[in-house]
Amino acid sequence: MSAIQIISITGSLFFILAIIQAIRLKRLKEAYALLWLITGFIFLVISCWQGAIDIIADLFGIVYAPAILFLFMLVSAIIVLFQYSIILSKQNDQIKNLTQELALLKNKAQGCSKDLPNKES
Amino acid sequence: MPAGEICIIVPCYNEQENIKNVIDDIIDNTPSKEKWTVLVVNDCSIDSTGFEANSTGKADVLDLPCNLGIGGAVQAGLKYAARYNYDYAVKFDGDGQHLAKNIETFIQELKSDKADVVVGSRFCTKHNGFKSTFMRQVGIKYFQWLIKLLTGKTFTDSTSGFRAYNKKALKFMSKHYPAFDYPEPEEIILLNKNKFRIMEIPCEMRKRQGGVSCLSSNRAVYYMIKVSFAILMAAARKPEE
Repeated sequence: MSAIQIISITGSLFFILAIIQAIRLKRLKEAYALLWLITGFIFLVISCWQGAIDIIADLFGIVYAPAILFLFMLVSAIIVLFQYSIILSKQNDQIKNLTQELALLKNKAQGCSKDLPNKES
Repeated sequence: MPAGEICIIVPCYNEQENIKNVIDDIIDNTPSKEKWTVLVVNDCSIDSTGFEANSTGKADVLDLPCNLGIGGAVQAGLKYAARYNYDYAVKFDGDGQHLAKNIETFIQELKSDKADVVVGSRFCTKHNGFKSTFMRQVGIKYFQWLIKLLTGKTFTDSTSGFRAYNKKALKFMSKHYPAFDYPEPEEIILLNKNKFRIMEIPCEMRKRQGGVSCLSSNRAVYYMIKVSFAILMAAARKPEE
């Protein structure tokens, strides 16, 4: 086993353990961790079975096999970021609805004592 | 519990200099035979807009705890109108740009069931005194062209914020209002897609009486791109259930 293989296997394992620990401590929701976990496991597989990179490179006609690694890192980062944008938009909507609801309730709570022209009680 | 026929929604952000005049303008120009409520939606202003509006004692105030932007503020007002079962809602800008004397015409058109939504247009006829900057006119023409392309209908002033909704439209919009920044042109597409009848009627508008417009020139590029994109996406969506 080469030095780089040992380093990459340890690195991948640490990455996976860090994710699992974060979920265990409730710092990370399972739903949001799945993409990270998949990324970690793929890294682990590539570290253990180095022939995999060459096979994929051959398959896609990529001359410089390690470029697969960069491509893979980039793609997973983009997918995770895209997921974040979706979550962000959803939360944006939720915050908006909560804000409006809070304003309506506050108005209702204060409004009882107010007397406005032309307004039925 | 507020109840009545017409809810006049006045969204505002940092309009402490204008808000009193706007409320007075509405109160003075609203026919007394109708039941109506002026609802000021204070979009988390950092000045004393909320206090000023409240102190008049003539308006109900919705104080948003976070700044949502014009779309979110208007939607909050529409939710209020839908919740308290108003028959009509009018959207009236808090900067003094709109003239309250037009409100009655809007309501008349809705009452005679000629349309579900009435939009006040500065460009329907030539008589208006509204002086817009050249760039803004180019922008408005461009949106007119884009909306014509997508709906086949001509809207001369799709960016106008002066609008009135009947009950059906206000209930729908309280749920589906495009509640982000600069919602007006997108709203036209959404309404049209969902088979609401939109009618433009001419009305004058004033220049701002004070305060600062939300649309400064360095935001104009963002505005054009974002709104064009939002319009295209709104056109690509299916009608709401």
